[in-house]
Amino acid sequence: MREMVKMVVVLTFLSALSAGVLAWLRNATAAQIEIQELELVKGPAIRQILEGATNDPVNDRFKIEIDGKAQSFFVGVFDGAPNTVVFETTGKGFADAFGLMVAVNVETDKLVGVAVTTHKETPGLGAQAKDDPAFPAQFKGLPADQSVKITKDGGSISALSGATITSRAVCDAASDGLERYRALKPQIVEQVRSFKP
Amino acid sequence: MAKTLVQEFTKGLWNEIPPFRLVLGLCPALGVTTTMENGIGMGLATTFVLVFANILVSLLRKVIPAKVRIACFIVIIATFVIVVELLMQAYAYRLFQTLGVFIPLIVVNCIVLGRAEAFAYKNGMVASTADGLGIGIGFTLSLAVLGAVREILGTGMFFGHSVFGTGYQPFTFMVQAPGAFIGLGLLLCLMNIVGRK
Repeated sequence: MREMVKMVVVLTFLSALSAGVLAWLRNATAAQIEIQELELVKGPAIRQILEGATNDPVNDRFKIEIDGKAQSFFVGVFDGAPNTVVFETTGKGFADAFGLMVAVNVETDKLVGVAVTTHKETPGLGAQAKDDPAFPAQFKGLPADQSVKITKDGGSISALSGATITSRAVCDAASDGLERYRALKPQIVEQVRSFKP
Repeated sequence: MAKTLVQEFTKGLWNEIPPFRLVLGLCPALGVTTTMENGIGMGLATTFVLVFANILVSLLRKVIPAKVRIACFIVIIATFVIVVELLMQAYAYRLFQTLGVFIPLIVVNCIVLGRAEAFAYKNGMVASTADGLGIGIGFTLSLAVLGAVREILGTGMFFGHSVFGTGYQPFTFMVQAPGAFIGLGLLLCLMNIVGRK
């Protein structure tokens, strides 16, 4: 009996201690991890979509609270006018959730581009959504007031061969992003304008 | 069994060097050693976990009931693995990206659990630290050598510099999984030849 109590006490104590230490460390490193992700995962995707922007879109960002969570929006300045906004949405891919950067021009209400950030899709098939620039290029110029679909579903995006699920998921994520954009447009436009160089 | 501290430390560098002498921990050894840099990164991460897990297990060896010792070891090891993972994410994000799933897999690395069970649970803190350091550094060296061999033969590059000149046709087989087995086998064979003399 004594031994059993000891086992329970020791294991409980160890687990509680471990949880405490890890929770503290998680909080302590969260800010630094966010910076790293911004620099090395999201940053390249943002700069790729906003090629030709005269500012550094990774630096020029603002946050809007959505359902209690602060979401970052990045601003692109073209020809001296801050007119493009980039933000990340998530989608459910073939393997796991993935991140998708969506860029919208707030003046013309058109998609400027999309780029997959973090993903776990199959290399050579679903991963082509990130690796093959021709796939995201199809999103450029689509109107922001409609949802995006692959041709099989009556839309305009040619699915990646062998990766219909991923292609559809990217379209759904883009559509979700556009929906969020439409819902928050007044706030977004106001914030974007304030980035006049 | 009255070995000196120096012996406890140096046995990990040759006589019991993993993964060659103790053929344990093969999964990360084969999985990540496509370059020397990855090998060293993985080795150091494992060393960190090994040393701290050894210290904690030896300190708590009188408290941990024998019947739940494995569970306690796993809690301790898993805690340090998450510490490494968070720190790496915060300060060495590129390494974190390449090592990926192999970092969480240190939890089930036989070397770490093996040293906790076979050494730290029976020996004092100082000896366990020496043992952890020795085995960890030995593991790092092995991964570095295996990584270097595979990198040089498989890509013709070493730390980003060409080794054999432009005429060299990279032996890409070496950076794939079967190349890892063959590289490991040949190194083991070489060690046995040297050790026999």
